[in-house]
Amino acid sequence: MSSAVISTSAALGRPFIFDADSEPEVCPISGPKKPVGAPGAQESPLAHVFQSSIKNQQSTIALIAQASRLAIRPAPELASSGIPALDGLTGGLPRGCLTELCGPASSGRTTVLLAALAAATRRGEFCALIDASDALDPHSAAAASIDLDRLLWVRCNDSPQNHRATENHKINRHGFPSILPDPINNQKSTINNSARYSLLATRNSLHRLEQVLRATDLLLESGGFGLIVLDLADIAPQAARRIPLTTWFRFRRAVEHKPTILLAIEQQAIAGSCSSLILQLGVLSTQYSVFSDQAEGHPPQDLPAHAHLFTGLNIHVELTHSRLERKPARAVAFETKTAWAG
Amino acid sequence: MPFACIYIPNFPVAAALRAEPDLQAHPVAIFEGKPPLEKIIAVSEKARALGMSPGMTKAQAELCSELALRPRSSLHESSAHAALLDCAQSFSPCVEDAAADTALIDLAGMESLLGSLPQISRAIAARAATLGLEANVAVASNPDAALLAARGFPGVTVIPPGKEAMQLGQLAVDVLFHDHLEGEENKSAGRLLETLERWGIRNLRAFAALPQVSLSERLGQDGLRLQQLARGVASRILVPVEPPLVFEEAIELEHPITLLEPLAFLLNRLLEQICARLGSRALATQELRLTLELSNLTGLDDDWESIGMPSESDGTDTAMLGQKIFTQQSKINNQQFGRVLRLPLPMLDHKLFLKLLQLDLNANPPGAPIVKIHLAAEPARPRSAQGGLFLPPSPEPEKLELTLARIAGMVGEHKVGALELLDTHHPEGFRMRRFVAEVARKTPQKENSDSAALGSAVAKSAVTALRRFRPPLRANVALENGEPARVTCHRKKEVQGDVLWKAGPWRFSGDWWEHDAWSRDEWDIALQNRDAIALYRLVHDLLAGAWFVEGTYD
Repeated sequence: MSSAVISTSAALGRPFIFDADSEPEVCPISGPKKPVGAPGAQESPLAHVFQSSIKNQQSTIALIAQASRLAIRPAPELASSGIPALDGLTGGLPRGCLTELCGPASSGRTTVLLAALAAATRRGEFCALIDASDALDPHSAAAASIDLDRLLWVRCNDSPQNHRATENHKINRHGFPSILPDPINNQKSTINNSARYSLLATRNSLHRLEQVLRATDLLLESGGFGLIVLDLADIAPQAARRIPLTTWFRFRRAVEHKPTILLAIEQQAIAGSCSSLILQLGVLSTQYSVFSDQAEGHPPQDLPAHAHLFTGLNIHVELTHSRLERKPARAVAFETKTAWAG
Repeated sequence: MPFACIYIPNFPVAAALRAEPDLQAHPVAIFEGKPPLEKIIAVSEKARALGMSPGMTKAQAELCSELALRPRSSLHESSAHAALLDCAQSFSPCVEDAAADTALIDLAGMESLLGSLPQISRAIAARAATLGLEANVAVASNPDAALLAARGFPGVTVIPPGKEAMQLGQLAVDVLFHDHLEGEENKSAGRLLETLERWGIRNLRAFAALPQVSLSERLGQDGLRLQQLARGVASRILVPVEPPLVFEEAIELEHPITLLEPLAFLLNRLLEQICARLGSRALATQELRLTLELSNLTGLDDDWESIGMPSESDGTDTAMLGQKIFTQQSKINNQQFGRVLRLPLPMLDHKLFLKLLQLDLNANPPGAPIVKIHLAAEPARPRSAQGGLFLPPSPEPEKLELTLARIAGMVGEHKVGALELLDTHHPEGFRMRRFVAEVARKTPQKENSDSAALGSAVAKSAVTALRRFRPPLRANVALENGEPARVTCHRKKEVQGDVLWKAGPWRFSGDWWEHDAWSRDEWDIALQNRDAIALYRLVHDLLAGAWFVEGTYD
């Protein structure tokens, strides 16, 4: 029984990378057998190897592509967000990607949301708004010049039938693991009213989140929408963070090769690395007008309330994360005006 | 080309006798009108022999004890009319519905199939008799001549080609007008007949002999038309009656079914058949009507379990929910359960229809076992749409309809769709309507005309939006000098604190003439919210006296 000695390419001095023009050499362990004295016959296998390695040093690399030659994924197409300052910061909202708008209450998230919907409907695209808290104000939407015929509004709610439907199964048909806690009725009666109310509020939030995720999955599967918005602005961060990252990844993959903008509005960024763009919003100042003959020379706080008029917000936007082409600016500010401010 | 005419003389009486064959041996009179002013409108031959005539009052007719009085029945007349059309269509596919008592048949090519024209005429009369109608049948070379002959001659009449004028000449001139003209037509016919009476024109031969120019000067084009009819030379083509397209399928079950799966199997079969029939006529459908006949079991024992359709999304629990036990002592009463599926666009996809019906039945289960299934589709022309190369993408109507049905099953039927503002100042003055991707395609033209205005809208500042709380949050408000100073909201802990800034109040009210009038004062307030200041809309309901936080400016 022969003991086969398997020599590595390194030991034999053979190159790791083969020349495309040359065929791979298959040599038995004992080396190529050629008659002694024949042309090209080698005295020993090692000498043959040294000679072949010298030849291959001058050949071009063929089979393995260099990193510099790898195909570059094209940059996503950008669409206007409806706010020129925001477009100047990011170039617009990227198609085929997930964008997150984060901020606390009164930070301008809904204003940016409505502006994006208005811009999309102006372009003739159909949009879908999955409203977790049923918070859309129709008059604000009309004031923002949204074409309401092109907007599909999904109003998530806490109806009892939805509670029963989601509690009856642990894994829904879309493969989402249930993020619901155990039914509150199973809890012991030692919970006081305030904690019970808090649990109910959390339970309602999670039911709505279930609806949001399922509706998003259905709309992404259906296709044809230019902008799909997940409005999670009023969902508590601790509830929103229960959405598994696999779900966000699934959403991202669903829009990857489509011209759909997926926009999520929330209090804190929760999609992790699945987002291509994360914008943090905050309010710099509140604008108001004062209507009074005595306004000049008098501080505003001395005037009665009916002399004040809320006219808008001064919004600050910071680009916290971007996979797109880097822009010099990292933050911008823009003004919003109320519908009655003119 | 030969044409046949089937005419039912004294149609109201014929319809009544067809409905009540026992009255054939009795004198019959038909009356109409509001009591006590009913009048006789038609009498049978036996009643005429007793001295009855149209125009008599019902009270006068009641003096004759042998007379059978019947009210005019539109149901009987429509049934008789349908039987008349069925009789005509059994001889030729080209039938014109000339009047309630008259049908015209194109007999071109029928002689090789049905025999000579006299044979065909006699067969038509015999067929009408089997349907309970005593009919006059006439055959001529043009439809109007056949019609006049059927009105004028009793029984079966065959007019050889070219002999129309000779045969029709002996008929009285009133045969040119229908028996049951009403209103202006009746008055016009009466005037014309009176004119001809004064001229001494009694029959169609004399009328046909009148000079055309003089006739047209005196009676106009209408007179010329009637003269052509009297001469038997009027020629026209028939306007064939099209049978109504009915696409219905039904199936009766030997054993009641209670599960969605076998129901879906049967619905699939019915839908395939209906779609195949629609497709063969190049039609689609925009409305599906499902009617389920249910069995209502009474006298149940304890083995009876709950009835309902298992949810589509349920897993292994489906089989457990589907076990039902019936008892032999139960009685069955039939009930009907109907659902109507209205589609935004004409479609013809039986798989889509099945899915939509399943989702609908999941949300609205019938609640009892099903013994019969009836499915009807309303035919519609298929939609034709040409896509553009440079148009933005839009959802496919079929996929979108299915998606919306699924979402509606989750959030509720009235919680998904497009938004429509109502013409009211009420803060929640809007309604949800159906979202249709196709309808919105009309708006790009409107966009072009308003592009200047829209473009300027882009350059303006963004509009500050309001996020609403639905329902509005009940708040406890502490006032200082009549203005809110502190707000506490139990349902939302973040919305509480001292009012840092406020504007208002702004008074709104409306619908004072309605039951649900509203009147409110609105305040814009700023509260400290953890690390930032948040702006809210605070509302004081003046009618209820309560305070609410309606939304936040975001």
